[in-house]
Amino acid sequence: MKAKKNYIIFLFAALLFSGEAFASQKIRIGALFAVTGPAAFLGEPERNTAQMVIDEINRNGGIRGQQFELVAYDTAGDATKAVNLATKLVKDDKVVAIIGPSTTGESMAVIPVAEREKIPLISCSAGIKITDPAKKWVFKTAQNDTLAVEKIYSQLKKQKQTKVSILTVSDGFGASGREQLKAQAAKFGITIVSDDTYGPKDTDMTSQLTRIRGVKPDALICWGTNPGPALVAKNARQLGIKTPIYMSHGVSSKKFIELAGDAAEGIRLPSGKVIVADQLPSNDPQKKSLLAFVKDYQKHYRAEGDHFGGHAWDAVMLIKGAVERGATTPEGIRDQLEQTRQFHGIGGTFTYSQQDHAGLGRDAFILVEIRNRDWVIIR
Amino acid sequence: MAKFICFMIIVILAPLLFEGGYIMNVLVFAGINTMLAIALNLLLGYAGQISLGHAGFFGIGAYLSGIMTTVFNLNPWFVISAASVATGLFAFLLGFPVLKLKGHYLAMATLGLGIIIYIIFNETIDYTGGPSGLSGIPQLSVGSFVFDSDIRNYYLVWGVTVVIMLLALNLSESRVGRALRAIHDSEIAARVVGINTRLLKVQIFAVSAMISSVAGSLYAHSVTFISPASFGFNFSVELLTMVVIGGLGSIYGSFLGALLLTLLPEFLRGANDYDIVIYGALLMLMLMFMPGGLARGIPELLNRFKNSLKGSGNA
Amino acid sequence: MQFDQLLQFFLSGVATGAIYALIGIGFSIIYNSTGIINFAQGEFVMLGGLLALSFTELLKLPLWAAIPCAIAVSTLVGALFERLAIRPLRRPTPINLVIITIGGSILIRGISMLIWGKDTHALPPFSGEEPVIIGGATVMPQHIWIVGITLLLISINKFYFFHTISGKAMRACAYNRRAAGLVGIDVRRMVLFSFIISSAFGSVAGIIVAPLTMTAYDVGVMLGLKGFCAAIIGGMSSGMATVAGGLLLGILESMGAGLISSGYKDAISFIILLLILFFRPQGLFGKSESERV
Repeated sequence: MKAKKNYIIFLFAALLFSGEAFASQKIRIGALFAVTGPAAFLGEPERNTAQMVIDEINRNGGIRGQQFELVAYDTAGDATKAVNLATKLVKDDKVVAIIGPSTTGESMAVIPVAEREKIPLISCSAGIKITDPAKKWVFKTAQNDTLAVEKIYSQLKKQKQTKVSILTVSDGFGASGREQLKAQAAKFGITIVSDDTYGPKDTDMTSQLTRIRGVKPDALICWGTNPGPALVAKNARQLGIKTPIYMSHGVSSKKFIELAGDAAEGIRLPSGKVIVADQLPSNDPQKKSLLAFVKDYQKHYRAEGDHFGGHAWDAVMLIKGAVERGATTPEGIRDQLEQTRQFHGIGGTFTYSQQDHAGLGRDAFILVEIRNRDWVIIR
Repeated sequence: MAKFICFMIIVILAPLLFEGGYIMNVLVFAGINTMLAIALNLLLGYAGQISLGHAGFFGIGAYLSGIMTTVFNLNPWFVISAASVATGLFAFLLGFPVLKLKGHYLAMATLGLGIIIYIIFNETIDYTGGPSGLSGIPQLSVGSFVFDSDIRNYYLVWGVTVVIMLLALNLSESRVGRALRAIHDSEIAARVVGINTRLLKVQIFAVSAMISSVAGSLYAHSVTFISPASFGFNFSVELLTMVVIGGLGSIYGSFLGALLLTLLPEFLRGANDYDIVIYGALLMLMLMFMPGGLARGIPELLNRFKNSLKGSGNA
Repeated sequence: MQFDQLLQFFLSGVATGAIYALIGIGFSIIYNSTGIINFAQGEFVMLGGLLALSFTELLKLPLWAAIPCAIAVSTLVGALFERLAIRPLRRPTPINLVIITIGGSILIRGISMLIWGKDTHALPPFSGEEPVIIGGATVMPQHIWIVGITLLLISINKFYFFHTISGKAMRACAYNRRAAGLVGIDVRRMVLFSFIISSAFGSVAGIIVAPLTMTAYDVGVMLGLKGFCAAIIGGMSSGMATVAGGLLLGILESMGAGLISSGYKDAISFIILLLILFFRPQGLFGKSESERV
């Protein structure tokens, strides 16, 4: 009986440590993506892209003779799980850097782990708090919400539209957008005349829109991710709202057009350049990266590569760059990441510095309008 | 008693096996979940009153700790106890109308309560940070000793868990425990023999909420970040599952259930998207084939196994 | 506040409320013949919408043919659920029943996620997307379908329970299971029937709302909860009281979002639910020992 018990304990231990016994010379990169759960629309393309890029690097002989290995875990969008898994990546998988998590909430939860364990973290989420103030071990590839807000507001200012209604989703993405929309308004001479929210699972937004119709704004800005904004578009059409509608980069994928149908026509939104890669002028420095990514993604997953996947693409490429410059340890990769200058990725052109771990400028976003179920760049 | 000593030895020695590894981190959460499962079990297993809103009390503890220590800079240890008392009081007052309800109505009322609490976390952005969460919660410390590593948090959390477990065990063996079980079996009979069933139910509801609040505070201080998503309906259901799988009315069962459900994702990791399916199936199968939960099911199985061995020996 | 705004809130509320009512009736049918609250009811709403989508997109069926197929399949799932999970339960206490239906709902949702993926899908509307103007307010043609179908189903439901043998048998089970069994009614079969009817109702609700609200594997949870609220406000009756409950909930939500606060609108409806449970647990319209069907 006792022997049996020992045997079981041994088995259990063997199971736990088997991962380490076979640790090879490969450079291990950890990844935390919300592949399931409410943020799956972010996590799934991110995981797919990261895997795709790493396979590609390995097929081409690796970097300086070293192969990469991706250890990706699904956080299901849950902060507790993300913290658990980040610890697992560091302690058991001995990764040199972590990509992700997908959402701002999870990123904020994982940051203390990265700081404590001294592992570079490249977050794929947009919240400005992640790198503001800059933290030694934390970088991000997703464009700050601030940039998206500025893009919309400067367009409105150009058109002398100053009264704005905002309608944001009550989750992390919407809350961050709402905060930025309010904070930036004064700088562009814009007044927010109504401020409403809707729940991520709501099925009808006509009440909020009716109220908005009542205050007669110059423009309506809706901040959310699918499917909410598609409902907003449909409901607005039902109510006969003629006010110009702006949305966030959260819906810059063909899925939104598919869901909203005709109601999407004329809606404008800031977006990463990836959705209009083929329309870009040939002198755009990002064009090469963008076309490569779009083509690759299409080949591997038979789906349109979106800018969420792009965040993971950028993160892997940034690490690749750091390794190319000779870094192999977490410390070295962190230092080299900070040295990144003028890297033309999917999300924009990255230049990190000691104070700036977000690395993107205002040119990261373009403004597009939906016409005939396709994107048209507004200049 | 032998059981308890066994349990203590496991808790004290487990870190030797897993020290430094990531499992330590998971075990910290297992401790927090054990506390919560015990809290819910007192209510569900002993008094027979369901709650689908316990994640709310867990959240109140976490948020009170988070807000009081970051915004108002109060002493964390003081806040943990104050939060627990406040949550208990809140549950006590609420308990009178809520626990008047029975069965499905009670399930619905507690569920609604949980959702309302969740919405409040989500909407009072000035205090809770709203959906983006509250970060920068300090780690607990005694003098210059900071609970900043998994192993330290492990002993902190499990230390509290053991205390709560002792309390719960004592409670279940006491007059109150017997009275609770009487309510579970037949509330009318309990009332006939002179038990103030209503007050007793409300009291146990409050105690249960207090324990959940302590668990919440410890969660907030060990993760240092909280957001409403951790305290929603899904987590209430997860807690319920822990209690049912462990065994209604068994304190050790709650420990087993919490441990199993906390570790389960580790074993299902290879299963990727299938874990939600396995989770649902497990819940149903347990209820159908082992309605007493692990705490009763395992000995039962062992007995059956022994008997069948004997049976074949005789033949 | 202008009149046309109020009218719009009201009409939007009625349209949403009709959906809640239809889902709520599914809850009360099962509750009345078995005493079970089926927490998996919302998942049948989800199944209806997604199955209809599959039948139209994958099998290229026209909408009128896809709808009965979708209802048939989700009804089958409902029957299987009763046979495989509810009936074999050894100790059918209310708590165990709540838990097993929660387990069932997680399982159905999980399997649906594997089949249909995590994306949201849209179903084409039954008859165009030109808004209909009523007074100063507008509704979609689909809203009219929803209200119409809800009313139709409730009338059929009423007829079934009061004018057919099996409907009467089911009511007998609701009053007193033992007595019903003694007069020769097969109580277990009636339980199965009630699951079949309510899953059919749920899937119809899912199909008719999908063109408006879109659908995904996880829409069942919130819709189920709201339907449950409607049923409770209506005192778990399977007739007009639940419809009134649903409409009241829908209108409160829409007025709450429009007039008070859009962030707290769900909290408002749940607070009202709690108040009703505390002060009038028999429902807003019921007498204290009211009939249950």
